Amino acid sequence: MKSIKPILAGAALAMGLTGAAQADDPLEVGFIYVGPVGDFGWSYEHNQGRLAVEEHFGDAVETTFVESVPEGADAERVMTQMALEGADLIFSTSFGYMDPTNAVAARFPNVRFEHATGYRRDHSNVSTYSARFYEGRAVIGTIAGHMTETNKVGYIASFPIPEVIRGINSAYIHAQRVNPDVEFKIVWVYTWFDPAKEADAATALIEQGVDVIMQHTDSPAAMTIAEEQGIFAFGQASDMAQFGPTARLSSIIDNWSPYYIERTQAVLDGTWESTDTWDGIEPGMVEIGEIADSVPAEVRAEAEALSASIESGEYHAFTGPLNRQDGSVWLAEGETADDGTLAGMDFYVEGIEGEIPN
Amino acid sequence: MLTLEKRAQPSRAWSLMTPILAVVLTMIAGGIMFALLGKAPLEAIRTIFWDPIFGEFSFYYRPQILIKAGPLILIAIGLSLGFRAGIWNIGAEGQYIMGAIFGAGVGLAFYPADLWFIFPLMVLAGALGGILWAMIPALLKTKFGTNEILVSLMLVYVAEHILSAVSFGALRNPDGHGFPGSRNFQQYEAASNPEIIAGSGMHWGVITAFIAVIGAYILLNRHILGYQIRLTGQAPRAARFAGVRPNLLITFCLGASGALAGLAGLFEVAGPAGQISIDFNSGYGFTAIIVAFLGRLHPFGILLAGLLMALTYVGGDIAQSNLGLPAAAIQAFQGMLLFFLLGMDMLTNFRVRLKQAEAV
Repeated sequence: MKSIKPILAGAALAMGLTGAAQADDPLEVGFIYVGPVGDFGWSYEHNQGRLAVEEHFGDAVETTFVESVPEGADAERVMTQMALEGADLIFSTSFGYMDPTNAVAARFPNVRFEHATGYRRDHSNVSTYSARFYEGRAVIGTIAGHMTETNKVGYIASFPIPEVIRGINSAYIHAQRVNPDVEFKIVWVYTWFDPAKEADAATALIEQGVDVIMQHTDSPAAMTIAEEQGIFAFGQASDMAQFGPTARLSSIIDNWSPYYIERTQAVLDGTWESTDTWDGIEPGMVEIGEIADSVPAEVRAEAEALSASIESGEYHAFTGPLNRQDGSVWLAEGETADDGTLAGMDFYVEGIEGEIPN
Repeated sequence: MLTLEKRAQPSRAWSLMTPILAVVLTMIAGGIMFALLGKAPLEAIRTIFWDPIFGEFSFYYRPQILIKAGPLILIAIGLSLGFRAGIWNIGAEGQYIMGAIFGAGVGLAFYPADLWFIFPLMVLAGALGGILWAMIPALLKTKFGTNEILVSLMLVYVAEHILSAVSFGALRNPDGHGFPGSRNFQQYEAASNPEIIAGSGMHWGVITAFIAVIGAYILLNRHILGYQIRLTGQAPRAARFAGVRPNLLITFCLGASGALAGLAGLFEVAGPAGQISIDFNSGYGFTAIIVAFLGRLHPFGILLAGLLMALTYVGGDIAQSNLGLPAAAIQAFQGMLLFFLLGMDMLTNFRVRLKQAEAV
């Protein structure tokens, strides 16, 4: 791959120049998705962000996307293809695209890259962005704590990475705060999107007496099972209301639209810079879906108040006193977690049973 | 009235013609599908089949076709040996994963040493990983008569779990901030599998695939083992009388296909993919089954089929981003190719006759 770089960089440069010469050309924005846009979860919401960009900018921007792109060599090819065909800005929307994104960015210095959920910004044309989903987890954790009658909340977890562990901790802390007897049953499915496995996990949890299910996987399978079995669940990534009209209590929605519009605008204005963004409820990157009527009014009010206090910055979802699972002190009274610890979180908080698989 | 009459001998002419006919029919049916999706059919077909080879950016796409075709051809060649003898290894995907894990494991064990023998050692480990994984169905079949289709397929899921486990555990990048996935081999020269001539797409995996094509051709046509493979497929009982030892043949066919799949995995992880990660495998082991049949289980047929399949992948992704075709439409298009090919098989084995209905 080494000596292909000058050729490609040359081609990119040539295109950059033609792009500058014809100022009326629409800005081209490419999106690459790891799943199908019809997954009703992760990739679906990124595509909603793309559609929002199209709607917001009209003729000034043209978008393209490629869905279901495996991480690795294929991702590198698809991003190179987009850059060659004239993309000015590329959103690569999966953690596994991290190395390919930086490799392609090295070859196309005039194209801007935005990589979701990663940490590598090797070049000045790469930005990273992610959402503080744990803030949303705090809100739905509160609802779950109130709504469970068996005091058992099921949690379908994907992979034991800091992102997922953070979500479990945040949900547990807030469920436990409103219901000291609550217990979390956690199942690791080792996939982001596999409706069959997610459904199996949901069934297994229900057999263990769980009556509220939370999930950190992308398909609505668990919601469908919850609806069939007459228990409660939360939408994940997207609202999922159509899959559980009576089961759905609320949802955490990934809303990428404001960020995508802002970054596209920055390229149009010539103010785009390499940044690292980690936004939560406040700018609207994390949204709490409408709370269902099955939730009592006082619980709803409590959840909304919590959401509002996180939004205003008055409350941090990880505020001490909090201990680690082994009983050692993590945060003293009133202390809040720093981003560094959160980004690398590899421990459960006190009260959660079981071990994080390794 | 049309009737079918079985040919005494499969027609040689039709057997050569049908792949071409299948491609043409796929273009027609696919074109209709694209038109129904509201896309210009000719433009879609041009984007998929023409642009990657002759279009504006073909200097980039042509090498990419080789990169995509390499593992498909390598795996399909191995599978075709067994398929010819009626030994159905469906688990090449698992052998591919294990080859990658073994090879990457050896490479990472030496990090950051810079020694000439690291890469050759990884190649051996990759082949060994594939062989060992394929020996499980081979052993169970020869000792206990289990069905190799089920066992090899189930072992794919086991391999996927092992892949997850090592991505989080043994092979995880210690500098990776706790995220899953190994170090990137593209940044570890002694263990990487870069293009031999930069910009050509030719890495060791592609070269090995070409060697495998020639090797398989010689084996099947010039070697007693190849004769035994063909004979076992055509007449298992006769093969026994001819002195074929079935257990040895099963072990050889599964071992060879496992070795080639393992090699494909190693070359991919050390080259284009770059790292072991939870989603390292992307279905080459399954697609190679299609490639093997598309190529008529013939080495040179597989070479062409692998290149054609790779072309539809590369072209399909271009069509997605440039024309807005959904990924599912591209997959349906690839499915049509196999469907028409198998459908056309009928013409090889049967003769279509126009016959007058007889009055009773």
